[in-house]
Amino acid sequence: MSKVQDYNSRLSDPASRKMGTFSYLPEMTKAQIRSQVEWIVKHGWNPAIEHTEPQFATSNYWYMWKLPMFGETDVDAILAELEACHKANPGNHVRLLGYNNFTQSQGANMVVYRGKPV
Amino acid sequence: MSKSYKAGVKEYRSTYWEPDYKMKETDVLAVFKVIPQPGVPREEAAAAVAAESSTGTWTTVWTDLLTDLDYYKGRAYAIEDVPGSDDAFYAFVAYPADLFEEGSVVNVFTSLVGNVFGFKAVRSLRLEDVRFPIWFVKTCFGPPHGINVERDKLDKYGRPLLGCTIKPKLGLSAKNYGRAVYECLRGGLDFTKDDENVNSQPFMRWRDRFDFCQEAIEKSEAETGERKGHYMNVTAPTMEEVYKRAEYAKEIGTPIIMSDYLTLGWAAHNSLSKWCRDNGMLLHVHRAMHAVLDRNPNHGINFRVLAKLLRLLGGDHLHSGTVVGKLEGDREATLGWIDLMRDSFVKEDRSRGIFFDQDWGSMPGVFPVASGGIHVWHMPALVSIFGNDSVLQFGGGTLGHPWGNAAGAAANRVALEACVQARNEGRPLEKEGKEILTKAAEHSPELKIAMETWKEIKFEFDTVDKLDVQHR
Repeated sequence: MSKVQDYNSRLSDPASRKMGTFSYLPEMTKAQIRSQVEWIVKHGWNPAIEHTEPQFATSNYWYMWKLPMFGETDVDAILAELEACHKANPGNHVRLLGYNNFTQSQGANMVVYRGKPV
Repeated sequence: MSKSYKAGVKEYRSTYWEPDYKMKETDVLAVFKVIPQPGVPREEAAAAVAAESSTGTWTTVWTDLLTDLDYYKGRAYAIEDVPGSDDAFYAFVAYPADLFEEGSVVNVFTSLVGNVFGFKAVRSLRLEDVRFPIWFVKTCFGPPHGINVERDKLDKYGRPLLGCTIKPKLGLSAKNYGRAVYECLRGGLDFTKDDENVNSQPFMRWRDRFDFCQEAIEKSEAETGERKGHYMNVTAPTMEEVYKRAEYAKEIGTPIIMSDYLTLGWAAHNSLSKWCRDNGMLLHVHRAMHAVLDRNPNHGINFRVLAKLLRLLGGDHLHSGTVVGKLEGDREATLGWIDLMRDSFVKEDRSRGIFFDQDWGSMPGVFPVASGGIHVWHMPALVSIFGNDSVLQFGGGTLGHPWGNAAGAAANRVALEACVQARNEGRPLEKEGKEILTKAAEHSPELKIAMETWKEIKFEFDTVDKLDVQHR
């Protein structure tokens, strides 16, 4: 039996806050982000980008970056918008969504740039 | 044309066997697996089932002639061999719309699985599938919220949800129970669950449990920044008690409650489901007693029928079996009924045990819940079998972690996200599961220990209720 390890999560430590799907994994590499964009495009979902200051992350409504990219299938174009949103909002969480207009839900939703926890 | 009255006993098939019958869109269709008593011809047995589950009785009565029985009667319209069985056959029966009260699942099943199941001329009888016509679906209530609204309320997308049933099932004090809930939720689970028989026993009254669990939810939400829930079981001896507990759960701001639809009763469950929609409360549904009805392959009600009727009665989650865990469940059959819970149109597919096309209209879907004897090593298979729209519940697989519930929860969450990420990258999960988990464990000591702890556990008993397939 291994030695018991403490679970390090604190109300007082903003680094304990999570951000939904994939936030229990290490931050994605460029190649990993590309694969996730391809997953969204492959399903015919509409890519969209949102961002927020980390302290307001629990709201349903983050700031929308421009408009959802309806019908966009160019993976590089989507990656470029993610990058642009990140540059314009340093320190913010930036998430990538895949809107499924048939279910009126989101097929995918993941933070790809993590802001500084406060 | 009028008929004359003649007292006596007629063969059922002279009235209720109509192989040339053209089904109507509005008919309720049912398929039964029948094993007749020796010497009873198949057509007669099928006709008897149609008669006894609709208008017929054992003898002619004069009042038959006061109505148009041809309009109201159920008809056996086809019989088929059951693959792999010499004794059993499938009997297909069509019931006209006017036999049933609108929106009443209770009424439909009081006919379909009523007296006919004790009928002497059949040795055993099993209701395998029912096609509900769209008029009936539209008059039923359906899930209080459904999969997509639940995702919106909880802000969780693109992955299965994670839960855990708190153990030991019985005997913890409310405060200690709340501790177990808190540890699971802060570790990364979306939900914890009351066990089905946790109601309001002397060791833990419902109100104390609700209060402590709500504190656990609120603190873990503040700590993780994610939305959490605990299925507060409101199953109770009377409807007054059910409503009282549900109202209190709402008052303290909890997002989800639970009910056991078979032991609570269908009418009671239907009422609770309506209450949930009116009050913005999610409804988790447990299925205690289902195996009494659905496990015997020759007699009873197939679970796919129980799943369909729950979708009609209303529920946002329903236990579906895991395929890979400790409880019974054939893989193809399970895939069939999880489609029936979630999809808006399901095509006939005998390879999954689905006998009829089923159009659900605009009725929302129900999350299938995989729970029972599963742990991190099952994760790749579970994500592959169930897809995103499911709740995966690890009881022992969370609480049994050598470092405690929070670590167990984190291990499951990391394993889940690693599998979803890999699936999205196009990797075959069931084939590469070991590499995917091993890689993820490099960043998660909790997962690493979980993988070492549960390595050897498997549940490899043969399934009792299998799909009927040719085995000779």
